[in-house]
Amino acid sequence: MWKWLHPYANPEVSYHFTGKLIPWLSALTALFLSIGITWALAFAPADYQQGDSFRIFYLHVPAASLSMGIYVGMAIAAFTSMVWQFKLADASAAAMAPVGATFTAIALITGAAWGKPMWGTWWIWDARLTSELILLFLYLGVIALHNAFEDKNLAGKAAGILTLVGVINIPIIKYSVEWWNTLHQGSTVSKLGKPSMSIDMLWPFLFCFLGFALLVATIICIRFRSEILARNSIRPWVRALVAEHLLQEKNNAV
Amino acid sequence: MNPRRKKRLTIVASILIGLGVVAGLVLYALSQNIDLFYTPSEITQGKKDSGLKPSIGQRIRIGGLVVPDSVKRDPDNLKVTFKLSDMKMPIVFNASDPMISVYYEGILPDLFREGQGIVANGTLARSNTGSLHIEASEVLAKHDENYMPAELADAAGKDYKKLEYSDKQLESKN
Repeated sequence: MWKWLHPYANPEVSYHFTGKLIPWLSALTALFLSIGITWALAFAPADYQQGDSFRIFYLHVPAASLSMGIYVGMAIAAFTSMVWQFKLADASAAAMAPVGATFTAIALITGAAWGKPMWGTWWIWDARLTSELILLFLYLGVIALHNAFEDKNLAGKAAGILTLVGVINIPIIKYSVEWWNTLHQGSTVSKLGKPSMSIDMLWPFLFCFLGFALLVATIICIRFRSEILARNSIRPWVRALVAEHLLQEKNNAV
Repeated sequence: MNPRRKKRLTIVASILIGLGVVAGLVLYALSQNIDLFYTPSEITQGKKDSGLKPSIGQRIRIGGLVVPDSVKRDPDNLKVTFKLSDMKMPIVFNASDPMISVYYEGILPDLFREGQGIVANGTLARSNTGSLHIEASEVLAKHDENYMPAELADAAGKDYKKLEYSDKQLESKN
């Protein structure tokens, strides 16, 4: 059943495949983000209470949900690497971690910037904010472990264990606003039934969300490719690639 | 699947399930400590499961909806009192609901409105008449998850004017 996947376990095949994906992903990212951000910042109506400050929503919510989404991706990679000893999965987890950490930081910073004028405080130790901060620390731990060992297999294993233990945090972040009393509001868009947002505010959000998701996919693909090269630097196909690249540069210089 | 992979899969899966159960139990045990605030009914009647009640003089957070027409502001300074009732859907206020008064001196957050959710941090006290109130040192606005443009809000008859402060009130702060 999974036979079609087997060729992609080969680093060289994966390297060339993601290389072909990147132009498409980046073009779509540029398209969706430019439409989404222009629409969100210039044309969406201001909120009745928050005025223009609410527009930070268009960055904060995608960043926060992608920070969790990337973690789930990383956990799946860690799981496959652990059970099937699939080396490329470690490379992809290592590629995802810094992107996830960045988006978690963006979610926390934009949230604080919105919280000061709206709530009256930058930070409060409620369940949602605290669990999202823990997510940032988990990412930092995973990044540190990936870089802590010379032996990349060992590093992948150590980081994978931390990733899988930390996956418990994801449902806690998601449902914190329902399980406990928090200052943070409940979900606006990711819930069943009607979103709590008027439709002319929701459309630009969908574009922004898709745009940021595509941006994440693009960055991860680029990072994944460089991870593959770094981990396979002694392989003949990588050496051939480098030789070809050097030759091209020489020709250009002449 | 070959037996080695199967073994690894069982080990990893059972560790994950074990961790999930542990985390679930810990969170369940801590659930009331993770709550950010007490609701007015929890202060008067105790928490739903444990009956835990905050004691007089204890520093607590209270969260609730500002009862309409309960906001009383001193014209000369920044002292303000208002009543809070439980947050519930749909929003209705009955005179019989458990309510707690909050005393505060300072500028209220921009989103402070009657009928809006707020969280106040302060000490629980009993006044001479025997009713409970909070002497708050901090008032935070709790924004809800609804977003809408002004036209829709006007059509729904929402009141969303910001509080205004006179110079006299603001000067009293210094």
